[in-house]
Order: sequence, then C-alpha cells, then structure tokens
Amino acid sequence: MDKIPILKIGHFLMVAIQVDLYDRLALNLEADLVQAVSKTGARGVLIDISAVSIVDSFMGRILGNIAGMSKILDADTVIVGMQPAVAITLVELGLPLKGVQTALNVEKGMELLQQKIKITEEEEPEE
Amino acid sequence: MIVLSSDNMRIAKELDMVVFRNRLKEFAVKIGMGLVNQTKLITAASELSRNMLRYAGEGTVLIEIVNGQRQNGVRVTFSDKGPGIPDIDQAMKDGFSTGKSLGLGLPGARRLVNEFDIKSTVGKGTTITITKWKNG
Repeated sequence: MDKIPILKIGHFLMVAIQVDLYDRLALNLEADLVQAVSKTGARGVLIDISAVSIVDSFMGRILGNIAGMSKILDADTVIVGMQPAVAITLVELGLPLKGVQTALNVEKGMELLQQKIKITEEEEPEE
Repeated sequence: MIVLSSDNMRIAKELDMVVFRNRLKEFAVKIGMGLVNQTKLITAASELSRNMLRYAGEGTVLIEIVNGQRQNGVRVTFSDKGPGIPDIDQAMKDGFSTGKSLGLGLPGARRLVNEFDIKSTVGKGTTITITKWKNG
C-alpha cells in the first residue's frame, strides 16, 4: 500500500504529494494527517500539490475536509504549488475550493502559517 | 468523423482509473493538445470513470483520436451495465447527487469538454461520450 510521508517542521506538518492520487490513497492521507495534527499538536499543515496534474471533485473534497478537520484541531491548512491548468479546471468544474487557503509556493505558504501563529500568540495574554 | 486510433480499457477498480488517466494523457499529448485542455479532459474523464465505478461497479472506456471540425480531438466513451439514471435532466443539474459526492460529476464534466452525450436506460446501463478538440 502506498503511503504519503508526513514531515514535521517546527510547529507545522508538511506533505508533498508526488504521486497520482487514487481515492483510497487520498482518504488515507486525510486520516493520517488529522491523526498527526492531533498527536503532534501542530499549528499548521502545508500541502504541496505542485506535482499533481489533476484535481477532480473527489480530490477537492478531500483537501477541503483536511482543512476543515485540522481547523477543529486548531491547525490552519495551506495548499501550495497548484498548477495554473489545475486552477483553471477547478473553477470551470465549479469547485473553487472555498474555505481552503492557498499560497503560490512552499516558501509563501510557510510565511502565511508563521504569521498566523504570531498573531494568535500576541492575542494570548502573557503569563 | 474519422477515427485515427483507439484503445479500449476496463475500469473495475480504483487503480484502473490511474492507468486510464495516464493512457488518456498519452493520447492527448499525441495530437499536441495544450496543457490546459489536457487537464480539463482528464479531469472530466476522472469524474465520469469514478461515477461508473461507484454506481455500476465496473465498465469500459474507449479512447479514440478523431478528426472533425478541421482538427483532431480525443473522444472518450464510457459504457456500463449499471442501474442507469432515471432522470437525466435532474442528474445534469449542479448540486444534485444521489451519492455522497458534491453532485458536480456530470454537470462539471460537461463544462470541461466540447461535446457531451449521455444515454441511459434504467436497469440496462449508461453510455456517456465526451469529446475535447485539440484547440477546443
């Protein structure tokens, strides 16, 4: 069984999808990621889809689920590296990934997540 | 329409969908279809092959390179012997789904291709044919 590795970098988890996803693999990734967020207490999840050549409605739903489930566990999700052709197709398909944050690349995605924790840390009263 | 080359495949499990998508890409590349149109075609085909697997359990796909409208295109025919669709008009509406999906499969796939034809008989099966022109 294929498995997509989940890397921990500081407060964040990172996943780079490098293979063609079939439905079972995507569902396993969803379960593994949510488990990992809970286990590590990660504050952010970064998913790199730059090597993914198609995102259909099923894959889009999984990405939305991951973002929604992680949010409940207090982690933000950012999808990075979407190919322009994939973005065009998603909008035409009628699935603009509402509620999912995106960034152009891994670097920008990391910056976005870092800003988010900084803001919440400032909001929390100092002990 | 003239058929220049073709390939027939059976879709009976999820991994067959991956093999089918790769084969379809080869056909699209062969006629020099651009990346955006390739992505639209393969995404539409992915939706339709999943529908076939989910509702009919299995089916066949026929990939063809066709010549028409003064250009080449890729035509894909999805045939299954599943339960069929009782109300095609309703199934083609956005947001309608009997399964657990978003109900984007059929109407979404139609938006991504140039030609879309659906024939379904309850209890007998469904045949869907889509065509994407090279510069469509």
